[in-house]
Amino acid sequence: MIRANDLILRTTTILIAFILFGFSIYLFLAGHSAPGGGFIGGLMTAAAIVLMYMAYGYEAMKKIIPVNYQNLITIGLAIAVLTSIGSFVFGEPFLSQTFEYFHLPVLGEKELATALLFDLGVYLTVIGVTMTIILSIASDR
Amino acid sequence: MSNLAVLPIVIPLISGILLALLHKKIQLVRVLAQLFTGINLVVAIYIMYVVQKNGSIILESGGWDAPYSIVLVADLLSILLVVTTNIVALACVFYAPKSLSKQQEEFYFYTFFFMLISGVSGAFLTGDLFNLFVFFEVLLMASYALIVLGGGKVQLRESIKYVLINLFSSMLFVTTIAFLYSVVGTVNMAQIAQRVQEVDQKGILTTIAILLFFVFGTKAALFPLYYWLPKPYIVPNPVISALFGALLTKVGIYAILRVFTLIFVHDTDFTHNFFIWIAGFTLIFGAIGALSTNNIKLVISYNIIPAVGFMIMGIGLYNEAALSGTIYYLVHDMIIKAALFLLVGSVAYLAGTSDLRKIKGLIHHYPLLGWLFFLSAFVLAGIPPFSGFIGKLLLLQGGLQNDEVVIVIIALLSSLLILLSMIRIFVRGFWGEKDESIRVDKKAARAFTMPIVFLLFFSVLLGVGAELFYPMIENIAAYLLNPELYIESVLKE
Repeated sequence: MIRANDLILRTTTILIAFILFGFSIYLFLAGHSAPGGGFIGGLMTAAAIVLMYMAYGYEAMKKIIPVNYQNLITIGLAIAVLTSIGSFVFGEPFLSQTFEYFHLPVLGEKELATALLFDLGVYLTVIGVTMTIILSIASDR
Repeated sequence: MSNLAVLPIVIPLISGILLALLHKKIQLVRVLAQLFTGINLVVAIYIMYVVQKNGSIILESGGWDAPYSIVLVADLLSILLVVTTNIVALACVFYAPKSLSKQQEEFYFYTFFFMLISGVSGAFLTGDLFNLFVFFEVLLMASYALIVLGGGKVQLRESIKYVLINLFSSMLFVTTIAFLYSVVGTVNMAQIAQRVQEVDQKGILTTIAILLFFVFGTKAALFPLYYWLPKPYIVPNPVISALFGALLTKVGIYAILRVFTLIFVHDTDFTHNFFIWIAGFTLIFGAIGALSTNNIKLVISYNIIPAVGFMIMGIGLYNEAALSGTIYYLVHDMIIKAALFLLVGSVAYLAGTSDLRKIKGLIHHYPLLGWLFFLSAFVLAGIPPFSGFIGKLLLLQGGLQNDEVVIVIIALLSSLLILLSMIRIFVRGFWGEKDESIRVDKKAARAFTMPIVFLLFFSVLLGVGAELFYPMIENIAAYLLNPELYIESVLKE
């Protein structure tokens, strides 16, 4: 098979994927009290990964990101469920969350919430599900 | 201890996730799946004990107060159904290893199985209409995966129908919730009930009620929306058919029961009379359908429909006897349908075909299986003293109290037709000359019978020990007839 000339795609992907990853992490962190969150952040990360798949091909990407996306789903789900039942330990109702202000180096005064952990679970699950769906459609003959 | 209410949802969820990680180690997965289902059943029974002693458990998730948070309400009705669900699940999980191929088991069967249980329990426990939708989706997602498990050609064809009809009804469901929200401004069921009561259920609310009824009716397979049901339910593996037949339609019935005894109870002349009509047609067409085929699996599948008819009849009649009948029948039907699907599954496996014309004389090879089938036919048709009889008796009593003679006669006639359809399988499939061509597989038969015996034990107990259960069922019916109790327990006013 003759490969299409995808020099332009590859070159721009380096830049765009970088921006997409950065923005998706921003969205993920912003999610607690501003628009964003684990779901949309996960979708955007998955979009960046798909873009890289398109530019560099299946084999190369398997080496760059050696992640089993099916396992990512289960890990994400496990994190989400475990954080929501974490409240049992403190005698609080299911899905309770708490937050505290911390003084972090470089970043300054920041709010850290346990909801972020739940969101991390959502984030990983969304990446896992999206990538599993897209890759299984792509590898279908 | 309000967190108790969420355990029947969370335990299967965690089990499903854990088993997905282990899915290649099939021996370990089987043992763990059986263990977790057992634990879940014990926990559910414990919750039922607590609920019976101290009243409903309300869980306001995230620590927000009732109308603002997502509430889970474990009252006696929902927890009774959760316990029944877990009894069915336990039987299925023991039946699965023999019935499924190793490939199917490895392909996340147990994960989807637990997701289904989680969704069903969630639908029973939630006190929030939008979350009812969410849990419907959870159980439907799991059921989509289960119905195509194995990926046979027939399965794919039938599953497209199944997925399409369910997608459509889910769309209608979420739209209807949006309508309802725009009118009453809340999705908390207790608060909806309160506000609908305040405005005395004006025309628009009755319209929304009927739309909701159609949504649930599609899931529950009522006339004329049942046409999609029989075939998709028989194409997957028997253990999956048993789960679907026992649980999925019953969730629809539960939703109707909850919504039309709690929220839309102010225009019963219209809504509930309408249900009686629907029930009549559902009974007739379902029973005729069961007689129309020679495929033994399809006979059982069609038998879901008249059972649903009986339950809707009770909701339509809307008095204490009839509602007790509906609840009794609901519990009875979950157990017996699972047992029957497992039974015909094993008959089809042992005889090598599900075509009744090609099966004969099975009782010579498998006497125990034959008599179990005979027993379950009697239980299903409602021959005294079995559980079907108690449910039907209460329903008929309720019907006569309301002077609805026609529906009573229809119910009696369709019971006869159901008995005929079941006995037909027994007479033609089990009696007759010994079929020497059948290769006897006693070991498989023994593995199949154990879960069936387990289910039938509960079924018989429910009938013979009716004295034990009836007071509780009667309590639930009285509780349902007084929606104030539910509203007060959730909103604590």
